[in-house]
Amino acid sequence: MNKSFFFSLLLMIAVCGAGCKGRPETAAPVAPVAVDEEPAYGDSLVEGSIGEPTVLIPMLAGDNASHAVAGLIFNGLVKYGTDLSVIGDLAESWDISKNGLIITFHLRKGVKWADGVEFTAHDVMFGYKTIIDEKTPTAYSEDFKQVKKAEVLDKYTFRVIYEKPFAPALTSWGGLVVLPAHLLEGKDIAKTEFARNPIGLGPFRLVKWSPGQELILDSYKDYFDGRPRLDHYIFRIIPDRATMFLELQAGGVDMMDLTPVQYTKQTETEFFRNNFRKFRYPQFVYTYMGFNLKHPFFKDRRVRQAIACAIDKSELVDVVLFGLGSPATGPYVPNTWPYNPGVKKYEYNPAMARQLLKEAGWEDADGDGILEKDGRPFEFTIRTNMGNSLRMNTATIIQWRLAKVGIKVKIEAIEWSTFVNEFIDKRRFEAVILGWSIGLDPDQYDIWHSSKTKEKEFNFVSYGNPEVDDLLEKGRRTFAVEERKKAYFRIQEILADELPYIFLYVPDATPIVNNRFKGIQPSPIGIAYNLPKWYVPAGLQRHRMEP
Amino acid sequence: MSAYLLKRLLEMIPTLLGITLISFFIIHLAPGKPTDIFTELNPKITPEAREKLEKYYGLDKPVIVQYGSWLKRIVRLDFGESFSSDHRPVMNKIWDAKKPLIERRLFVTFMINLLSMIVILLVALPLGIFSATHQNTVYDKISTTAVFIGFAMPSFWLALLLMILFGVHLHWLPISQLKSMNYWSLSGPGQLWDLTRHLILPIFVSAFTGLAADSRFMRSSMLEVIRQDFVTVARAKGLPERLVIYRHAFRNALLPIITLAGLSVGGLVGGSVIFENIFGIPGMGQLFYMSVMTRDYPTVMGILTIGAILTLLGNLLADVGYMLADPRIRAR
Repeated sequence: MNKSFFFSLLLMIAVCGAGCKGRPETAAPVAPVAVDEEPAYGDSLVEGSIGEPTVLIPMLAGDNASHAVAGLIFNGLVKYGTDLSVIGDLAESWDISKNGLIITFHLRKGVKWADGVEFTAHDVMFGYKTIIDEKTPTAYSEDFKQVKKAEVLDKYTFRVIYEKPFAPALTSWGGLVVLPAHLLEGKDIAKTEFARNPIGLGPFRLVKWSPGQELILDSYKDYFDGRPRLDHYIFRIIPDRATMFLELQAGGVDMMDLTPVQYTKQTETEFFRNNFRKFRYPQFVYTYMGFNLKHPFFKDRRVRQAIACAIDKSELVDVVLFGLGSPATGPYVPNTWPYNPGVKKYEYNPAMARQLLKEAGWEDADGDGILEKDGRPFEFTIRTNMGNSLRMNTATIIQWRLAKVGIKVKIEAIEWSTFVNEFIDKRRFEAVILGWSIGLDPDQYDIWHSSKTKEKEFNFVSYGNPEVDDLLEKGRRTFAVEERKKAYFRIQEILADELPYIFLYVPDATPIVNNRFKGIQPSPIGIAYNLPKWYVPAGLQRHRMEP
Repeated sequence: MSAYLLKRLLEMIPTLLGITLISFFIIHLAPGKPTDIFTELNPKITPEAREKLEKYYGLDKPVIVQYGSWLKRIVRLDFGESFSSDHRPVMNKIWDAKKPLIERRLFVTFMINLLSMIVILLVALPLGIFSATHQNTVYDKISTTAVFIGFAMPSFWLALLLMILFGVHLHWLPISQLKSMNYWSLSGPGQLWDLTRHLILPIFVSAFTGLAADSRFMRSSMLEVIRQDFVTVARAKGLPERLVIYRHAFRNALLPIITLAGLSVGGLVGGSVIFENIFGIPGMGQLFYMSVMTRDYPTVMGILTIGAILTLLGNLLADVGYMLADPRIRAR
């Protein structure tokens, strides 16, 4: 992060050095004004990525690049709709028994793997057996260990029985477990060639992988959901963001994620307005300041609330994210179904902060500008990981704001692994600035439940509230969305009042796409979900590649 | 001569062992594990899953045991399997025999470094000689300034400026990577032309920023030689200046350059991370950097070992080259 920010800065200087007096018009062809916007087949989409996939079997992959590409090659039984509801993918429908213990999936008929073999329930069974196999080096087996029994009822029916009702179970049958049994049966999945040369049943299939350069995917003409409009999808690896941005301008990349500087400043030109379309939607991530609730300073809820009042969240969004984000009020993304918009919000109010601190016994008795209680000055350290400039900037602004109410803050940035192993796991911190990525399922049992406070577990702030424990349990044991919603709404109210974390902000994703691509429909889950439906009108197609 | 070579080769073995031992321990001293990418602060991972992964990679054993099993494999020239989630053999990552040459990392880095070394020598040697024979003239000062500007200039910055000029504004050259996406559908000469266009900027940047050492060495060594008696003799017997410089002085002045070239043999396979990242070149530097960041120990060790062997061989080569070029050393 640090590095790319640094490069962006340098790039700004460089761009100005080379052509501040306006960009020559030769840069790229400007789209004709009136074009035929009819959907058509053809053309290629080139997406730029700083990382290269390592393995294209979803259950073995740990990095975003691998999942991004594997997601176009494989499908799951179910997927998320644009409103975060669960909809069918390879499963046409499913039944959940009244007690929530049995899920029966009815699979689509006639779906074919790219090698022509039909997809059946045996493939799902094979994937399930593989993911729970001790010998498979996967990190995602936990959800599947809850399954008591899985069985193939017939070619198109697959049934799983759970020990206890488990709401996240349904979506766990998303993209991880559908593998071609006829190709992989009896092979060591960790070492098979298949991982770099997969046969899938998704909208695209891999035709060529040049390491460190690009992965070329062709559309799968017999895709069950209709042949994709784009003939090729190319995942191009360019490790440097500044270079990628230049490739975007030169036409070598059609789609990439922009940095805040690129989004707000460098793309605000005539050239970009004519040739590109920018998108902006909240990422499923939030940044927070977490307190060590065992620490004497932070045991008192009033102190935590006072600190919340002393921090201006919109200032953080404006300065740290260049305005590309929104203040967070709880652990969910605004405008998604589990998000409760009605919780207690802490507006910036230093007077209120001082008042609350005074009630908690903190006063500046000796007049040195720092509050004391029982002779102990209010001084603490915010720790965060090194190399994340966003978090460092956030910490610096908080330090400055807290100084104004008489709290002295030190900041320490520590290398990631050391930070986690030596400080988080051993509870050697007073406050931390970190982020969570939020799953699309609202279950957050592991983060808030009072039983999850052991070393290496994720309730490292040591939060415990019996009501929250109950609600978390309730939320994951029912499939009824309305009931889950009620539970998670209440949890957010409690969290907003007790403030084990101060929820700071949700940053936005800011992709840019060449505007010859049509059919993009922004949604809360982003833009890439309907990639097979994107198209380039015939008159705008740029044939850059002969198959 | 052959006895000397054999002795030198045998001496390399303990040195190499020492290098690998120290590297292995230092890498394991760095905090973090290869499994971190999956497991750190990921709410979906239970402690059991973490232990399972650690056991899978053999990370639960003491470091010295891990070094022992690594060594046992390496004497059979087996570099082991990568810890990254593709589990490919390390050798496969460095030199994938199934891929065309241009897609093998070691070849790419080697080719670029060799080409830029050739360009550097072709430019730096004449430049150095010219500076020496025209010492303290305006030409000398201009060339000195130019090579030092190159030396001082950050290569990524120069690279970005050139990309903006030739790639974005003029559209003359491709911006990044080694080949176009339609490379494989091109004819033979077409492929060569495509590759050349992609290589112009990287080679220029690496040559321009690397000129200083060789040209300054050449200059000072030339200055030293042309003051010696045999040059005066050559001049005295009426040889033309061109012959004096290029036949008599040049050969003698080349000796330090041989050392320098020998020492850079090890560097031929170690790509520069910044350089490869900015141009998106899939070489060794990128692989090494990625492996260090994900704590992919076998890959890191594999690259370090290959680099160490080549550096040692390069030193030996430099000594041999010295002996061949200089009869005075051969005699000893």
